[in-house]
Amino acid sequence: MSDAVVTLHGVSYGVGSRRIFSDLSLSARRGEITAIMGPSGTGKTTLLRLITGQVAAQSGEIRVFGEDVRAMDREALYALRKRMGMLFQNGALLSDLSVFENVAFPVRAHARLPESVLRALVLTKLHAVGLRGASALMPTELSGGMARRVALARAIVMDPELLIYDEPFVGLDPISMGVVVRLIRQINETLGLTSIVVSHDVDEVSSIAHQSYLLAGGKVVAGGSPETLRHSEEPGVRQFMRGEADGPVPFHYPADNYQDELLGSSPFGRT
Amino acid sequence: MIDSALRRIGRVGLFLVRVLSNIPAIFEQPRAVVHQIYNSGGRSLIIIMLCGLFVGMVLGLQGYDLLQRFGSEDALGIAAALGLLKELGPVVTALLFAGRAGTALTSEIGLMRATDQLTAMEMMAVDPVRQVVLPRFVGGIIALPLLVAIFNIVGLFGAQLIGVQLMGVDAGAFWSQTQQAVELDDVAEGIVKSLAFGLVCSLVAVYEGYHAEPTAAGVGLATTRTVVVSSVLTLLVDYMLTAAFLGA
Repeated sequence: MSDAVVTLHGVSYGVGSRRIFSDLSLSARRGEITAIMGPSGTGKTTLLRLITGQVAAQSGEIRVFGEDVRAMDREALYALRKRMGMLFQNGALLSDLSVFENVAFPVRAHARLPESVLRALVLTKLHAVGLRGASALMPTELSGGMARRVALARAIVMDPELLIYDEPFVGLDPISMGVVVRLIRQINETLGLTSIVVSHDVDEVSSIAHQSYLLAGGKVVAGGSPETLRHSEEPGVRQFMRGEADGPVPFHYPADNYQDELLGSSPFGRT
Repeated sequence: MIDSALRRIGRVGLFLVRVLSNIPAIFEQPRAVVHQIYNSGGRSLIIIMLCGLFVGMVLGLQGYDLLQRFGSEDALGIAAALGLLKELGPVVTALLFAGRAGTALTSEIGLMRATDQLTAMEMMAVDPVRQVVLPRFVGGIIALPLLVAIFNIVGLFGAQLIGVQLMGVDAGAFWSQTQQAVELDDVAEGIVKSLAFGLVCSLVAVYEGYHAEPTAAGVGLATTRTVVVSSVLTLLVDYMLTAAFLGA
């Protein structure tokens, strides 16, 4: 456990009266890809926001690189975030900057490099994601998959120790998805990073993860290697991993009795 | 209701303090400020000049109609100049600025919020208030007095066009009386008002954009609020400053 880069212990978080996490515990080990899976609405993105200090947990402990995120002020958080990169669901590229300038943005903000060095650095990262030739394009000229790859180049340009991916496969065609899957694995191996991938694309994320967690009902319901989760006979885990429509997570949103509701308003039915 | 209004004022105040605490950073990004002066000011130029011309022409017509009843139509230049410098120039320009540049600022920042661009900056350890809000806020404060000056010049030209060219007021009397009657204090009042309106309109625009609900409806609502709040505050501040100047 001492090898853990990110540790959450007994974390509780809610918005208003709605409880999103209660007593949540998990960890991400150094050099590994940790997958966090779960049905939509289980708070996977919120979990990333807790880890990165964008929102504060009401109780529990969140440690990143051994430091307590909850106790950090803005300055300390910014210092911590310089050691991380994050890939957003939609890329979140700055719309008024070109691809090159988007990747150069964090470097310009934090380091004073000669323009030639900066150019070489940015082009190297763009080359790594296969988009060196697109450096002059604007974000509006990119496809969803290309935007995601540019965002990935931007996320790794400062050589972070921890890389966080928020739903990296959403809305991608099979080819782009394959490219992103390969890039995540490649970047993790070649740069020796620790990666956390939040996704509900079971097959893709399981193919690259060293360990997986399944979230449901505000808790971790299963954790271990992707294989362990895949062969689990626990009904909730099985339903999610095999994509079954009905099970512990019901197909129907809670509602009144179907027959009563249909006939209740009819002049021929009950009143 | 009073409670929520006070909370809102408090939040805006804290936001202003946060923006102002970053002011030294403005010297690190002069190009961004110049770009925002162009965005807020340069792109509003045509509408400002067009409205300035019409307001000046209306002043010329109304002023002439009123003054000729007392046989003092030669004083049209003074009436138009003082009316523009002290009131109409700053107020009308601020209202137009809120509608043209303020809404553009709010929707731009609001969309950046909705598309996670501001969060992405936070994640790159870059303060969005420093990077996005500050240049737009300062650019707006600088742009508005410049627009007011242009509005006044074009407005006076419009009044002269109607008074001198159309109604036959003596050109010499129009300009010499204007020159004699307008004092530095009158110009200063106009400058103070335009700076105050620039601050109010820019602050409202960036605040509403930064705190917009990250949805299409939320950005639309924030944009509407920018126009309404900026306009009401401009008129309120105008009354307070006018009362202060008259009292002084």
